[in-house]
Amino acid sequence: MNREDFPMLDKDIIYLDNGATTLKPKCVLDKMNDYYENYSANAHRGDYDISYKVDLEYENTRNLVKEFINAKYLEEIVFTSGTTESLNMIANGFFANYLEAGDEILITTSEHASNVLPWFRLAKKIGCKIGYIPVDDNYYITIENVLKSITPQTKVIALAEITNVIGDKRPIKEIAKIAHERNIFVVVDGAQSIPHKKTDVQDLDVDFLAFSAHKMCGPTGVGVLYGKKALLEQLEPVNMGGGMNESFDSENEVFLKSLPTRLEAGTPNIAGVIGFGEAIKYLTNIGMDKISETEHNLREYLIDKLIKISHIDIINLESDSGIVSINVDGIFSQDVAYYLNKYNICVRAGNHCAKIIKKTTGVANSIRISLYFYNTESEVDELVELLSNKDKILKEML
Amino acid sequence: MDPEVKREIIMDNYLNPKNKIRIEDSSYDKVNSNNESCIDNIDIFVKVTDDIIEDIKFDGEACAISTSSTSIMINNLIGLNISEAIKYIDNFDNMVNEKDYDRELLNEAIVYEDIYKQNNRKHCALLPYIGIRKVLEKYSK
Repeated sequence: MNREDFPMLDKDIIYLDNGATTLKPKCVLDKMNDYYENYSANAHRGDYDISYKVDLEYENTRNLVKEFINAKYLEEIVFTSGTTESLNMIANGFFANYLEAGDEILITTSEHASNVLPWFRLAKKIGCKIGYIPVDDNYYITIENVLKSITPQTKVIALAEITNVIGDKRPIKEIAKIAHERNIFVVVDGAQSIPHKKTDVQDLDVDFLAFSAHKMCGPTGVGVLYGKKALLEQLEPVNMGGGMNESFDSENEVFLKSLPTRLEAGTPNIAGVIGFGEAIKYLTNIGMDKISETEHNLREYLIDKLIKISHIDIINLESDSGIVSINVDGIFSQDVAYYLNKYNICVRAGNHCAKIIKKTTGVANSIRISLYFYNTESEVDELVELLSNKDKILKEML
Repeated sequence: MDPEVKREIIMDNYLNPKNKIRIEDSSYDKVNSNNESCIDNIDIFVKVTDDIIEDIKFDGEACAISTSSTSIMINNLIGLNISEAIKYIDNFDNMVNEKDYDRELLNEAIVYEDIYKQNNRKHCALLPYIGIRKVLEKYSK
Protein backbone atom coordinates (compact mmCIF):
# COMPACT_ATOMS: atom_id res chain seq x y z
CA MET A 1 0.00 0.00 0.00
CA ASN A 2 0.95 3.70 -0.39
CA ARG A 3 3.49 2.78 -3.07
CA GLU A 4 2.82 5.96 -5.01
CA ASP A 5 4.35 7.99 -2.16
CA PHE A 6 7.84 6.54 -2.70
CA PRO A 7 10.03 7.83 -5.55
CA MET A 8 12.33 4.81 -5.16
CA LEU A 9 9.45 2.50 -6.04
CA ASP A 10 9.32 4.04 -9.53
CA LYS A 11 12.62 2.33 -10.16
CA ASP A 12 12.56 -1.18 -11.45
CA ILE A 13 13.50 -2.80 -8.15
CA ILE A 14 11.96 -5.05 -5.55
CA TYR A 15 13.23 -3.72 -2.26
CA LEU A 16 13.22 -6.35 0.50
CA ASP A 17 15.99 -5.01 2.74
CA ASN A 18 13.89 -2.85 5.03
CA GLY A 19 15.64 -4.16 8.12
CA ALA A 20 18.74 -2.35 6.87
CA THR A 21 16.99 0.87 5.92
CA THR A 22 13.58 1.85 4.57
CA LEU A 23 12.68 3.92 1.53
CA LYS A 24 11.65 7.54 2.02
CA PRO A 25 8.30 9.01 0.98
CA LYS A 26 8.30 12.18 -1.11
CA CYS A 27 6.79 14.24 1.73
CA VAL A 28 9.90 13.61 3.88
CA LEU A 29 12.24 14.64 1.07
CA ASP A 30 10.15 17.75 0.35
CA LYS A 31 10.17 18.72 4.00
CA MET A 32 13.97 18.50 4.14
CA ASN A 33 14.36 20.41 0.89
CA ASP A 34 12.00 23.05 2.19
CA TYR A 35 14.37 23.64 5.09
CA TYR A 36 17.42 23.88 2.85
CA GLU A 37 15.66 26.10 0.30
CA ASN A 38 13.52 28.37 2.46
CA TYR A 39 14.77 28.70 6.03
CA SER A 40 18.29 27.29 6.10
CA ALA A 41 19.61 28.73 9.38
CA ASN A 42 21.13 27.21 12.50
CA ALA A 43 19.08 26.12 15.48
CA HIS A 44 19.02 27.76 18.93
CA ARG A 45 19.55 31.32 17.62
CA GLY A 46 16.14 32.85 17.32
CA ASP A 47 17.39 36.40 16.65
CA TYR A 48 15.88 36.46 13.20
CA ASP A 49 12.72 35.03 11.65
CA ILE A 50 14.07 32.09 9.68
CA SER A 51 16.14 30.92 12.64
CA TYR A 52 13.07 31.08 14.83
CA LYS A 53 11.25 28.88 12.32
CA VAL A 54 14.11 26.35 12.53
CA ASP A 55 13.64 26.11 16.28
CA LEU A 56 9.90 25.67 15.92
CA GLU A 57 10.22 22.89 13.36
CA TYR A 58 13.08 21.16 15.19
CA GLU A 59 11.24 21.20 18.50
CA ASN A 60 8.04 20.16 16.78
CA THR A 61 9.73 16.89 15.82
CA ARG A 62 10.68 16.36 19.45
CA ASN A 63 7.03 16.70 20.34
CA LEU A 64 6.02 14.31 17.56
CA VAL A 65 8.50 11.72 18.86
CA LYS A 66 7.22 12.17 22.40
CA GLU A 67 3.64 11.55 21.25
CA PHE A 68 4.71 8.67 18.99
CA ILE A 69 6.26 6.65 21.84
CA ASN A 70 4.07 8.21 24.54
CA ALA A 71 6.91 9.59 26.63
CA LYS A 72 5.90 11.51 29.73
CA TYR A 73 8.14 14.55 29.25
CA LEU A 74 9.52 16.36 26.23
CA GLU A 75 12.96 16.47 27.90
CA GLU A 76 13.11 12.71 27.67
CA ILE A 77 13.62 12.85 23.90
CA VAL A 78 17.23 13.43 22.82
CA PHE A 79 18.22 13.54 19.15
CA THR A 80 21.30 11.55 18.19
CA SER A 81 22.78 10.25 14.95
CA GLY A 82 21.04 6.90 15.32
CA THR A 83 20.55 3.81 17.47
CA THR A 84 24.27 3.13 17.64
CA GLU A 85 25.10 6.54 19.08
CA SER A 86 22.15 6.35 21.47
CA LEU A 87 23.24 2.98 22.87
CA ASN A 88 26.84 4.17 23.21
CA MET A 89 25.65 7.26 25.09
CA ILE A 90 23.62 5.07 27.43
CA ALA A 91 26.58 2.76 28.09
CA ASN A 92 29.30 5.41 28.31
CA GLY A 93 27.33 8.33 29.75
CA PHE A 94 25.21 6.51 32.31
CA PHE A 95 26.34 2.96 33.02
CA ALA A 96 30.06 3.79 32.99
CA ASN A 97 29.38 5.82 36.14
CA TYR A 98 26.90 3.40 37.64
CA LEU A 99 28.36 -0.09 37.24
CA GLU A 100 31.07 -1.49 39.46
CA ALA A 101 33.52 -4.36 39.14
CA GLY A 102 31.74 -7.70 39.44
CA ASP A 103 28.36 -6.34 38.24
CA GLU A 104 26.64 -8.19 35.43
CA ILE A 105 25.15 -6.98 32.14
CA LEU A 106 22.58 -9.38 30.65
CA ILE A 107 22.16 -9.56 26.86
CA THR A 108 21.47 -12.35 24.32
CA THR A 109 23.48 -13.87 21.49
CA SER A 110 20.87 -12.60 18.98
CA GLU A 111 21.72 -8.93 19.53
CA HIS A 112 23.01 -6.55 16.85
CA ALA A 113 26.63 -5.40 17.28
CA SER A 114 25.36 -2.00 18.53
CA ASN A 115 23.84 -3.66 21.56
CA VAL A 116 26.85 -5.90 22.19
CA LEU A 117 30.08 -4.00 21.60
CA PRO A 118 29.38 -0.94 23.82
CA TRP A 119 28.70 -3.40 26.69
CA PHE A 120 31.78 -5.50 25.87
CA ARG A 121 34.02 -2.45 26.10
CA LEU A 122 32.37 -1.23 29.27
CA ALA A 123 32.66 -4.67 30.87
CA LYS A 124 36.35 -4.84 30.06
CA LYS A 125 36.97 -1.35 31.38
CA ILE A 126 35.12 -1.77 34.67
CA GLY A 127 35.59 -5.48 35.21
CA CYS A 128 31.92 -6.42 34.74
CA LYS A 129 30.56 -9.72 33.51
CA ILE A 130 28.46 -10.22 30.36
CA GLY A 131 25.68 -12.78 30.85
CA TYR A 132 23.48 -14.25 28.12
CA ILE A 133 19.78 -15.04 28.49
CA PRO A 134 19.23 -18.36 26.69
CA VAL A 135 16.57 -18.71 23.97
CA ASP A 136 13.98 -21.47 23.52
CA ASP A 137 13.63 -23.81 20.50
CA ASN A 138 12.06 -21.04 18.44
CA TYR A 139 14.85 -18.64 19.47
CA TYR A 140 12.46 -16.73 21.74
CA ILE A 141 13.20 -15.34 25.17
CA THR A 142 10.89 -16.63 27.84
CA ILE A 143 10.21 -15.06 31.21
CA GLU A 144 11.42 -18.29 32.85
CA ASN A 145 14.77 -17.95 31.12
CA VAL A 146 15.05 -14.30 32.13
CA LEU A 147 14.37 -15.25 35.75
CA LYS A 148 16.91 -18.06 35.57
CA SER A 149 19.56 -15.76 34.14
CA ILE A 150 19.28 -12.99 36.69
CA THR A 151 21.86 -13.15 39.48
CA PRO A 152 22.38 -10.86 42.48
CA GLN A 153 25.09 -9.17 40.39
CA THR A 154 22.78 -8.33 37.46
CA LYS A 155 22.46 -4.54 37.16
CA VAL A 156 21.24 -4.05 33.60
CA ILE A 157 19.34 -6.04 30.98
CA ALA A 158 19.91 -4.74 27.45
CA LEU A 159 17.77 -6.24 24.69
CA ALA A 160 16.43 -5.56 21.25
CA GLU A 161 12.64 -5.43 21.41
CA ILE A 162 12.62 -7.17 18.03
CA THR A 163 15.87 -8.77 16.81
CA ASN A 164 17.25 -8.11 13.35
CA VAL A 165 17.84 -11.68 12.13
CA ILE A 166 15.17 -13.73 13.92
CA GLY A 167 12.59 -10.98 14.21
CA ASP A 168 11.37 -12.34 17.54
CA LYS A 169 9.59 -9.90 19.83
CA ARG A 170 10.65 -9.85 23.45
CA PRO A 171 8.16 -9.46 26.32
CA ILE A 172 9.71 -6.15 27.34
CA LYS A 173 6.92 -5.06 29.67
CA GLU A 174 7.13 -8.27 31.72
CA ILE A 175 10.93 -8.19 31.70
CA ALA A 176 10.92 -4.56 32.90
CA LYS A 177 8.59 -5.49 35.76
CA ILE A 178 10.80 -8.38 36.89
CA ALA A 179 13.93 -6.27 36.48
CA HIS A 180 12.62 -3.27 38.42
CA GLU A 181 11.55 -5.47 41.31
CA ARG A 182 15.22 -6.39 41.57
CA ASN A 183 16.66 -2.89 40.97
CA ILE A 184 17.86 -3.81 37.52
CA PHE A 185 17.76 -1.26 34.68
CA VAL A 186 16.27 -2.13 31.28
CA VAL A 187 17.78 -0.77 28.06
CA VAL A 188 15.92 -1.44 24.81
CA ASP A 189 17.29 -1.38 21.28
CA GLY A 190 14.18 -0.38 19.34
CA ALA A 191 15.76 -0.12 15.88
CA GLN A 192 13.69 -3.02 14.50
CA SER A 193 10.54 -2.54 16.57
CA ILE A 194 9.62 1.17 16.71
CA PRO A 195 9.15 1.38 12.90
CA HIS A 196 6.75 -1.56 12.83
CA LYS A 197 4.39 -1.33 15.79
CA LYS A 198 2.76 0.96 18.29
CA THR A 199 5.05 1.78 21.23
CA ASP A 200 4.21 3.14 24.64
CA VAL A 201 7.31 3.66 26.78
CA GLN A 202 5.27 4.43 29.88
CA ASP A 203 3.33 1.20 29.56
CA LEU A 204 6.49 -0.81 28.84
CA ASP A 205 8.23 1.05 31.67
CA VAL A 206 11.66 0.83 30.04
CA ASP A 207 14.48 2.94 31.42
CA PHE A 208 16.22 3.70 28.13
CA LEU A 209 15.21 3.21 24.49
CA ALA A 210 17.21 3.78 21.30
CA PHE A 211 15.98 3.90 17.70
CA SER A 212 16.77 5.28 14.24
CA ALA A 213 14.80 7.49 11.85
CA HIS A 214 16.03 5.87 8.65
CA LYS A 215 14.42 2.53 9.46
CA MET A 216 11.02 4.26 9.68
CA CYS A 217 10.80 6.25 6.44
CA GLY A 218 12.97 9.07 7.82
CA PRO A 219 16.39 10.32 6.77
CA THR A 220 19.73 8.70 7.63
CA GLY A 221 21.86 10.19 10.40
CA VAL A 222 19.06 10.85 12.91
CA GLY A 223 18.05 8.80 15.90
CA VAL A 224 16.52 9.06 19.31
CA LEU A 225 17.74 8.42 22.80
CA TYR A 226 14.82 8.12 25.16
CA GLY A 227 15.48 7.90 28.87
CA LYS A 228 13.40 8.39 31.98
CA LYS A 229 13.92 11.98 33.05
CA ALA A 230 15.52 11.18 36.39
CA LEU A 231 18.02 8.89 34.68
CA LEU A 232 18.81 11.23 31.80
CA GLU A 233 19.59 13.89 34.41
CA GLN A 234 22.42 11.62 35.54
CA LEU A 235 23.64 10.82 32.03
CA GLU A 236 26.97 12.53 31.55
CA PRO A 237 27.31 14.19 28.12
CA VAL A 238 29.67 12.20 25.92
CA ASN A 239 30.18 15.28 23.74
CA MET A 240 31.07 18.68 25.20
CA GLY A 241 30.80 21.77 23.02
CA GLY A 242 28.54 24.40 21.54
CA GLY A 243 24.85 24.60 22.23
CA MET A 244 24.93 22.43 25.34
CA ASN A 245 26.60 24.80 27.82
CA GLU A 246 25.05 27.73 29.59
CA SER A 247 28.29 29.47 30.45
CA PHE A 248 31.96 28.86 31.08
CA ASP A 249 34.92 30.98 32.04
CA SER A 250 38.68 30.70 31.71
CA GLU A 251 38.88 29.12 35.16
CA ASN A 252 37.19 25.96 33.85
CA GLU A 253 33.93 26.79 35.55
CA VAL A 254 31.31 25.26 33.26
CA PHE A 255 27.54 25.34 33.59
CA LEU A 256 25.55 23.04 31.35
CA LYS A 257 22.11 23.61 29.90
CA SER A 258 19.17 21.57 31.02
CA LEU A 259 17.79 18.48 29.28
CA PRO A 260 17.61 17.61 26.46
CA THR A 261 19.87 20.31 24.96
CA ARG A 262 22.70 19.32 27.29
CA LEU A 263 22.98 16.03 25.43
CA GLU A 264 22.90 17.54 21.92
CA ALA A 265 26.27 19.29 21.60
CA GLY A 266 27.16 20.92 18.30
CA THR A 267 24.94 21.82 15.36
CA PRO A 268 22.48 18.96 15.08
CA ASN A 269 21.27 17.27 11.91
CA ILE A 270 18.59 19.94 11.52
CA ALA A 271 17.25 18.93 8.10
CA GLY A 272 17.25 15.31 9.22
CA VAL A 273 15.37 15.98 12.43
CA ILE A 274 12.78 18.09 10.60
CA GLY A 275 12.41 15.37 7.95
CA PHE A 276 12.06 12.79 10.70
CA GLY A 277 9.08 14.71 12.07
CA GLU A 278 7.39 14.43 8.68
CA ALA A 279 8.11 10.67 8.62
CA ILE A 280 6.42 10.25 11.99
CA LYS A 281 3.38 12.18 10.75
CA TYR A 282 3.34 10.01 7.64
CA LEU A 283 3.44 6.73 9.60
CA THR A 284 0.89 7.98 12.11
CA ASN A 285 -1.50 8.89 9.29
CA ILE A 286 -1.30 5.35 7.93
CA GLY A 287 -1.63 3.97 11.46
CA MET A 288 0.91 1.79 13.23
CA ASP A 289 -1.60 -1.00 13.79
CA LYS A 290 -2.35 -1.04 10.07
CA ILE A 291 1.38 -1.22 9.33
CA SER A 292 1.86 -4.16 11.72
CA GLU A 293 -1.11 -5.99 10.25
CA THR A 294 -0.01 -5.47 6.65
CA GLU A 295 3.50 -6.75 7.39
CA HIS A 296 2.20 -9.70 9.33
CA ASN A 297 -0.13 -10.77 6.52
CA LEU A 298 2.60 -10.41 3.93
CA ARG A 299 4.99 -12.46 6.03
CA GLU A 300 2.42 -15.24 6.39
CA TYR A 301 1.91 -15.15 2.63
CA LEU A 302 5.68 -15.48 2.05
CA ILE A 303 6.16 -18.24 4.64
CA ASP A 304 3.28 -20.28 3.20
CA LYS A 305 5.04 -20.28 -0.16
CA LEU A 306 8.60 -20.81 1.05
CA ILE A 307 7.66 -23.72 3.27
CA LYS A 308 6.64 -25.70 0.18
CA ILE A 309 10.11 -25.42 -1.38
CA SER A 310 12.23 -28.35 -0.23
CA HIS A 311 15.63 -26.73 -0.84
CA ILE A 312 14.78 -23.68 1.31
CA ASP A 313 15.59 -23.73 5.02
CA ILE A 314 13.58 -21.17 6.94
CA ILE A 315 15.52 -20.18 10.05
CA ASN A 316 12.77 -18.24 11.80
CA LEU A 317 9.51 -19.95 11.02
CA GLU A 318 8.01 -18.17 14.01
CA SER A 319 8.42 -14.42 14.09
CA ASP A 320 6.44 -11.35 15.04
CA SER A 321 7.99 -9.05 12.50
CA GLY A 322 8.40 -8.75 8.74
CA ILE A 323 11.75 -10.54 8.87
CA VAL A 324 12.27 -13.91 7.19
CA SER A 325 15.76 -15.44 7.30
CA ILE A 326 16.46 -18.35 4.98
CA ASN A 327 19.16 -20.36 3.29
CA VAL A 328 19.12 -22.23 0.01
CA ASP A 329 20.41 -25.72 0.69
CA GLY A 330 24.08 -26.01 -0.29
CA ILE A 331 24.45 -22.48 -1.68
CA PHE A 332 26.25 -19.70 0.16
CA SER A 333 23.86 -16.89 1.08
CA GLN A 334 25.84 -14.21 -0.71
CA ASP A 335 25.68 -16.12 -3.98
CA VAL A 336 21.89 -16.24 -3.70
CA ALA A 337 21.83 -12.50 -3.06
CA TYR A 338 23.96 -11.90 -6.17
CA TYR A 339 21.56 -14.07 -8.17
CA LEU A 340 18.50 -12.14 -6.95
CA ASN A 341 20.28 -8.88 -7.71
CA LYS A 342 20.35 -9.89 -11.38
CA TYR A 343 16.57 -9.62 -11.22
CA ASN A 344 16.74 -6.30 -9.32
CA ILE A 345 15.67 -7.87 -6.05
CA CYS A 346 17.43 -6.36 -3.03
CA VAL A 347 17.97 -8.71 -0.08
CA ARG A 348 20.73 -8.86 2.50
CA ALA A 349 23.13 -11.78 2.87
CA GLY A 350 25.48 -12.41 5.73
CA ASN A 351 25.39 -12.32 9.49
CA HIS A 352 23.53 -8.98 9.57
CA CYS A 353 25.89 -7.49 12.18
CA ALA A 354 24.77 -10.15 14.65
CA LYS A 355 28.12 -11.90 14.71
CA ILE A 356 27.34 -14.15 17.65
CA ILE A 357 23.98 -15.24 16.18
CA LYS A 358 25.52 -18.65 15.41
CA LYS A 359 25.33 -19.34 19.13
CA THR A 360 21.57 -18.83 18.89
CA THR A 361 20.63 -20.56 15.65
CA GLY A 362 23.68 -22.65 14.72
CA VAL A 363 23.73 -20.77 11.41
CA ALA A 364 26.25 -17.97 10.90
CA ASN A 365 25.07 -16.59 7.59
CA SER A 366 21.68 -16.28 5.94
CA ILE A 367 19.61 -14.40 3.41
CA ARG A 368 17.37 -11.91 5.15
CA ILE A 369 14.13 -10.81 3.54
CA SER A 370 12.71 -7.88 5.51
CA LEU A 371 9.30 -6.52 4.56
CA TYR A 372 7.60 -3.19 5.06
CA PHE A 373 4.05 -2.01 4.42
CA TYR A 374 4.79 -0.94 0.84
CA ASN A 375 5.84 -4.43 -0.26
CA THR A 376 3.26 -6.46 -2.14
CA GLU A 377 2.16 -10.02 -2.74
CA SER A 378 3.23 -9.78 -6.37
CA GLU A 379 6.75 -8.85 -5.24
CA VAL A 380 6.75 -11.87 -2.96
CA ASP A 381 5.51 -14.02 -5.87
CA GLU A 382 8.41 -12.88 -8.02
CA LEU A 383 10.94 -13.61 -5.26
CA VAL A 384 9.50 -17.05 -4.57
CA GLU A 385 9.43 -17.91 -8.27
CA LEU A 386 13.17 -17.13 -8.53
CA LEU A 387 14.02 -19.06 -5.38
CA SER A 388 11.95 -22.10 -6.32
CA ASN A 389 14.29 -23.18 -9.09
CA LYS A 390 17.59 -24.33 -7.58
CA ASP A 391 19.12 -25.27 -10.94
CA LYS A 392 18.47 -21.76 -12.16
CA ILE A 393 20.17 -20.31 -9.07
CA LEU A 394 23.23 -22.51 -9.61
CA LYS A 395 23.31 -21.63 -13.30
CA GLU A 396 22.93 -17.88 -12.92
CA MET A 397 24.55 -16.99 -9.59
CA LEU A 398 28.03 -16.25 -10.95
CA MET B 1 37.91 -20.01 -23.23
CA ASP B 2 34.22 -20.65 -23.75
CA PRO B 3 32.14 -18.91 -21.03
CA GLU B 4 30.20 -22.11 -20.38
CA VAL B 5 33.43 -24.04 -19.74
CA LYS B 6 34.63 -21.29 -17.39
CA ARG B 7 31.37 -21.47 -15.50
CA GLU B 8 31.66 -25.23 -15.17
CA ILE B 9 35.21 -25.00 -13.81
CA ILE B 10 34.16 -22.39 -11.24
CA MET B 11 31.07 -24.34 -10.18
CA ASP B 12 33.00 -27.60 -9.96
CA ASN B 13 35.61 -25.98 -7.70
CA TYR B 14 32.83 -24.40 -5.61
CA LEU B 15 30.62 -27.44 -5.14
CA ASN B 16 33.54 -29.90 -4.90
CA PRO B 17 36.50 -27.82 -3.76
CA LYS B 18 39.85 -29.56 -3.63
CA ASN B 19 41.97 -29.54 -0.46
CA LYS B 20 39.12 -28.18 1.64
CA ILE B 21 39.78 -29.66 5.04
CA ARG B 22 40.72 -28.16 8.38
CA ILE B 23 43.96 -29.55 9.75
CA GLU B 24 45.65 -29.24 13.10
CA ASP B 25 49.34 -29.73 12.30
CA SER B 26 52.03 -27.45 13.63
CA SER B 27 54.20 -27.99 10.55
CA TYR B 28 51.65 -25.88 8.63
CA ASP B 29 51.49 -22.10 8.75
CA LYS B 30 47.95 -20.86 9.26
CA VAL B 31 46.60 -17.62 7.84
CA ASN B 32 43.10 -16.15 7.84
CA SER B 33 41.70 -14.21 4.91
CA ASN B 34 38.49 -12.36 5.42
CA ASN B 35 36.70 -9.85 3.32
CA GLU B 36 35.96 -6.61 5.13
CA SER B 37 33.13 -5.72 2.77
CA CYS B 38 31.35 -9.07 2.88
CA ILE B 39 31.20 -12.27 4.87
CA ASP B 40 33.80 -14.48 3.21
CA ASN B 41 36.07 -15.96 5.82
CA ILE B 42 38.65 -18.64 5.06
CA ASP B 43 41.60 -20.16 6.86
CA ILE B 44 44.52 -21.35 4.75
CA PHE B 45 47.12 -23.87 5.98
CA VAL B 46 50.47 -23.95 4.18
CA LYS B 47 53.38 -26.38 4.52
CA VAL B 48 56.70 -25.19 3.11
CA THR B 49 59.73 -27.47 3.17
CA ASP B 50 63.14 -26.40 1.80
CA ASP B 51 61.71 -23.55 -0.27
CA ILE B 52 59.06 -25.81 -1.84
CA ILE B 53 55.30 -25.54 -1.18
CA GLU B 54 54.64 -29.10 -0.16
CA ASP B 55 50.96 -28.81 0.72
CA ILE B 56 48.11 -26.35 1.18
CA LYS B 57 44.66 -26.90 2.71
CA PHE B 58 41.83 -24.49 3.43
CA ASP B 59 38.56 -24.26 5.33
CA GLY B 60 35.87 -21.71 6.05
CA GLU B 61 32.72 -20.15 4.67
CA ALA B 62 32.87 -18.19 1.46
CA CYS B 63 30.98 -17.47 -1.75
CA ALA B 64 31.29 -19.37 -5.02
CA ILE B 65 33.98 -17.08 -6.43
CA SER B 66 36.14 -17.06 -3.28
CA THR B 67 35.82 -20.79 -2.69
CA SER B 68 36.56 -21.78 -6.28
CA SER B 69 39.39 -19.28 -6.52
CA THR B 70 40.98 -20.76 -3.40
CA SER B 71 40.61 -24.32 -4.69
CA ILE B 72 42.17 -23.42 -8.06
CA MET B 73 44.94 -21.35 -6.48
CA ILE B 74 45.97 -24.20 -4.21
CA ASN B 75 46.07 -26.60 -7.13
CA ASN B 76 48.35 -24.23 -9.00
CA LEU B 77 50.67 -23.49 -6.08
CA ILE B 78 51.46 -26.94 -4.69
CA GLY B 79 54.93 -28.02 -5.87
CA LEU B 80 56.18 -24.52 -6.75
CA ASN B 81 59.15 -22.94 -5.04
CA ILE B 82 58.61 -19.66 -3.20
CA SER B 83 59.75 -17.31 -5.95
CA GLU B 84 57.69 -19.15 -8.58
CA ALA B 85 54.70 -18.94 -6.27
CA ILE B 86 55.10 -15.19 -5.70
CA LYS B 87 55.41 -14.72 -9.46
CA TYR B 88 52.17 -16.66 -9.98
CA ILE B 89 50.38 -14.59 -7.33
CA ASP B 90 51.64 -11.30 -8.86
CA ASN B 91 50.45 -12.49 -12.23
CA PHE B 92 46.95 -13.33 -10.96
CA ASP B 93 46.81 -10.00 -9.18
CA ASN B 94 47.70 -8.21 -12.41
CA MET B 95 44.97 -10.02 -14.33
CA VAL B 96 42.26 -9.09 -11.83
CA ASN B 97 43.48 -5.50 -11.64
CA GLU B 98 43.63 -5.10 -15.44
CA LYS B 99 47.41 -4.89 -15.76
CA ASP B 100 49.66 -6.84 -18.15
CA TYR B 101 49.85 -10.52 -17.31
CA ASP B 102 51.02 -13.84 -18.70
CA ARG B 103 48.10 -16.16 -19.49
CA GLU B 104 50.36 -19.22 -19.63
CA LEU B 105 51.22 -19.03 -15.92
CA LEU B 106 47.62 -19.12 -14.76
CA ASN B 107 46.33 -22.53 -15.86
CA GLU B 108 42.70 -22.90 -14.71
CA ALA B 109 42.81 -19.55 -12.88
CA ILE B 110 42.31 -17.95 -16.29
CA VAL B 111 38.58 -18.52 -15.68
CA TYR B 112 38.63 -15.26 -13.72
CA GLU B 113 39.96 -13.18 -16.62
CA ASP B 114 36.67 -11.29 -16.89
CA ILE B 115 36.09 -10.83 -13.17
CA TYR B 116 37.27 -7.20 -13.35
CA LYS B 117 33.95 -6.44 -15.06
CA GLN B 118 32.15 -7.20 -11.77
CA ASN B 119 33.74 -4.77 -9.40
CA ASN B 120 31.97 -6.17 -6.32
CA ARG B 121 33.41 -9.65 -7.00
CA LYS B 122 37.03 -8.78 -7.76
CA HIS B 123 37.89 -8.98 -4.11
CA CYS B 124 36.26 -12.42 -3.84
CA ALA B 125 38.65 -13.82 -6.45
CA LEU B 126 41.63 -12.14 -4.81
CA LEU B 127 40.75 -13.13 -1.25
CA PRO B 128 42.87 -16.32 -0.93
CA TYR B 129 45.81 -14.64 -2.66
CA ILE B 130 45.94 -11.90 -0.03
CA GLY B 131 46.23 -14.47 2.73
CA ILE B 132 48.75 -16.75 1.11
CA ARG B 133 50.98 -13.89 0.06
CA LYS B 134 51.46 -13.01 3.73
CA VAL B 135 52.73 -16.51 4.50
CA LEU B 136 54.96 -16.89 1.46
CA GLU B 137 56.60 -13.48 1.85
CA LYS B 138 57.76 -14.61 5.26
CA TYR B 139 59.70 -17.44 3.56
CA SER B 140 61.07 -15.27 0.76
CA LYS B 141 62.90 -12.97 3.18
